This record gives sequence, C-alpha cells and structure tokens, in this order.
Amino acid sequence: MRHMRPLSVIARVVCNAFAWFMVVFGSYVIIHGHLTPGGGFQGGAVVATALAFLVITHGGDFALPKLKKELFIGLEQAGLLIFICAGFAALGTTFFYNFLANSGGLFGASIPLGPNSGVLNSSGTIALMNMAVGFEVVGGLSLILYYMLHGILQNLGSEEMGKEETGHDR
Amino acid sequence: MKSKILFFIAVLVVAGVTWGAMESVHPFGFPGETPMDTYFVEHAQKDRAANNVVTSIVFDYRGFDTLGEAAVLFTAVSSIALIFRKGGRS
Repeated sequence: MRHMRPLSVIARVVCNAFAWFMVVFGSYVIIHGHLTPGGGFQGGAVVATALAFLVITHGGDFALPKLKKELFIGLEQAGLLIFICAGFAALGTTFFYNFLANSGGLFGASIPLGPNSGVLNSSGTIALMNMAVGFEVVGGLSLILYYMLHGILQNLGSEEMGKEETGHDR
Repeated sequence: MKSKILFFIAVLVVAGVTWGAMESVHPFGFPGETPMDTYFVEHAQKDRAANNVVTSIVFDYRGFDTLGEAAVLFTAVSSIALIFRKGGRS
C-alpha cells in the first residue's frame, strides 16, 4: 500500500497559516461581484484553490477524509437550482429579468448615478446570481478535486505505479 | 515548381485582400455607430443598480449565456465523476 506523502514542514505551516485567508478572499470576490472586478466564477475558483492547497501540502491520506463529498454535491446542486429559479422567478416579464433591482427589499437599494464606491445591498438578482454561481463553482471544482484524488489513491493502493514518488519533495 | 508559383500567387492575393480590408477599418478610438455600447453605458447603472456594468451584462442582460456556462461546468464535473468512478476497470 503506497501513500501520497505530505510536503515539508515549511509548506505545511504556510498552508495552515494562509489557507483560510484564501477562503476569505474568495468569499470577498464573490460577495462584491457587482461592485468590483470578479464575480462568482473567479471567487469560487479562489476558494476551491484553497482546498487544492490543503491536499497538496498535507497529502492525500490526510486530506481525503476531511473533504466531504455530500457537502460539495449539495453546494453544486443548490447553486444551479438558485440560479435557474432566479431566472424563472422573473417570468412575469421576461426570462432572467432583474425583478429585484430598485425594489427596496433584498438587494434592492438604489445607488447614486455617476462614479461612486457603490452600495453592497444593491443590484437585485445580479448579487443573488453571483452567490449562486459562486456556490456552484466551489462545489464543482472541489468535486473534481475529490474524484481525481480518490481515483489516484485507489490506483496507488491496488498496483505499483513506479518506484519513485513524483511531484513531492522528499 | 509550378505548385510553388501557385502558392506565391495565393499568398500575394490573400495579403492584398487583407491589406485592403485593414485600410478600410475605422481608426483606433473612433468607432462607428455603436448603439448597443451607448445604451449599456447610459442605462445599466440606473436600471440595474449595479456599478459594475460588465457584471450587469454578464449576469443580467446575458444571463442565459451564464446559465450555459454553469451548465458546462456541471457537465465537466459529471463526466469526471464518470471517468473516476469506483470499479471502472475490468
């Protein structure tokens, strides 16, 4: 039974210190998608990269039990369902019409015209769809990571893939 | 030898046509009639209440396009789950 080994202690300490900052930064990019550059796809990719960081530095045998497959599947399904339902909820006028903008409720605040720093609670369904796509990208990319890691570990356990560990520093 | 001459003539014809097309393009920074751009710049901030006009185009005016992109990601995840499934080898 061969195992994926973790990286050196320096890489592991740096991962422990900085992985949550990557999650926070990705969440910031998702939530401020209607004010700053970025959005659901970009921020979701940053959050999923934090999980890949964890897998690479701590090794697959440590990280695989910590990745929850059901959570990722639920995130992906919830994101796509929220996105499609937000599109169908606007069928009173047209498909994907922005029915929440300037309505005064959730995400419905009006903004001053011209250059300004923006209001977080604005832009209607754009913010909602950004968060839905962010959930979907986090779930989808993490699920790709989980399935590939699972397949690699299965392969390592069942047959000899070579004498040298490739891609690791010791 | 004959094919080389034909190739040279073809290159000359393509280069001439391309040069003529490049000459008739409007100068940089002075586009012609762009009613779509003008509409987005003038109306996106007021109607959709989003400062990021690019996001308001991607997620609102062209939301159906973004739905397609999300479906592409879902299809990629599904096919990877199919490839790396358990017990796939005989």
